Amino acid sequence: MRRSVFITGLAAALVLGMGVFGTGRKGSVTSAQEKTSTMEVKIDNFSFGPVTLTVPVGTTVTWTNRDDIPHTVVSTDDPKTFKSKVLDTDEKFSFTLSKAGTYPYFCSIHPKMTGKVIVQ
Amino acid sequence: MSEKKKDELLNDHNHDGIDRRGFLKCMAWAGTGAFCVMKGGVLNSYSMSRISEISTADMMGELSFVQISDSHMGFNKPANPDVAGTLKAAVDKINGLTAVPEFMLHTGDISHLSKPEEFDTVDQILKGAKPKDVFYVPGEHDVLNDDGKQFLERYGKGSKGAGWYSFDKKGTHFMGLVNVMNLKAGGLGTLGHEQLEWMEDDVKHLKHSTPIVVFAHIPLWSVYPEWGWGTDDSAQALAYLKKFGSVTVLNGHIHQTMQKVEGNVTFHTAASTAFPQPQPGKADSPGPMKVPAEQLRSVLGITDVNYVQGQHALAVVDSSLA
Repeated sequence: MRRSVFITGLAAALVLGMGVFGTGRKGSVTSAQEKTSTMEVKIDNFSFGPVTLTVPVGTTVTWTNRDDIPHTVVSTDDPKTFKSKVLDTDEKFSFTLSKAGTYPYFCSIHPKMTGKVIVQ
Repeated sequence: MSEKKKDELLNDHNHDGIDRRGFLKCMAWAGTGAFCVMKGGVLNSYSMSRISEISTADMMGELSFVQISDSHMGFNKPANPDVAGTLKAAVDKINGLTAVPEFMLHTGDISHLSKPEEFDTVDQILKGAKPKDVFYVPGEHDVLNDDGKQFLERYGKGSKGAGWYSFDKKGTHFMGLVNVMNLKAGGLGTLGHEQLEWMEDDVKHLKHSTPIVVFAHIPLWSVYPEWGWGTDDSAQALAYLKKFGSVTVLNGHIHQTMQKVEGNVTFHTAASTAFPQPQPGKADSPGPMKVPAEQLRSVLGITDVNYVQGQHALAVVDSSLA
């Protein structure tokens, strides 16, 4: 069961990767304005790393859970800008931040785990 | 210093070699087990190795029940690749107790990922236990993705709000609380306003002599807030129980046994049936603690509780699965 989930995660990462490489090949289709980059946040030992991530508008942030215990990634605003399903070991969650601002977030299972993304 | 003193016992009545300073350390020492009797707010402890010296009358109360916790069905990492096997061992342990417990309490994290098949497996295994009634409260792992809807459908019949309820058994009042919902960023476990109001109302008409047993997943005392091992509004909940002579609080979540006595309240956390967690602050995080396979069952366990009517005594016994 977990293996299939992991493979799905890998496939998603591959698609994402192809998308990024694809902008080169299909430059005429994707304008420079729509070009996105990806930034990573790793979850290790019940903490987000980096705790604060600063990215340009339009960046896709991908969180990867590397703990033995499941976690979530949930923004603290209301209504919530982003809210992942539960992430088991090695599962990922991606969200594209298209508006400037500060987005504090936490793990709704272990609320002591907090982080933020600054989009500018 | 005064804070520390509250944790200490006044006397070593039973000459078991556990002095007042050593007591907490002993209780936190997962796997050794201890037998505890509370009389008039004073807790006597016996180490499991001397349990044969305790009279049967002290152990067999008029009400006995067993607490299990943190089954984490679905967990399959090296700390314990067979959580179904260790839950079955817990059931065997329960079935081997001298006094058949009248019922079981499960203090949450029944499942690891809130999957239907995980709950089904636990239900199936617990059917093999002699006590047929199981009273559940959810852990944070039981309410993933659906705000606890599935948990309520399975285990919450007749409960209020997110799944809290109370019931009476042989003169003891039991309260199952939910402190794993609507957790706030940076915070600890939460009972919430609605549940606190219900609690106040629920105990209003009880006699002060009524023994109270409160059970919830996350500890209702501050075990180690840095790891989220506590409940933000537990002080309010405990304030409603101040008038009672005997209050026992049973929790899970921290996968190790720990005990503390504060005034009329005895706090107790149970071992997990799945995997141990490190002592507070003794690791980088509260993640699963890996121990050699042959030692695993010595750090997992069940908790057996006996109430002796008229003696104001509540005995809490932790047994490892080894």
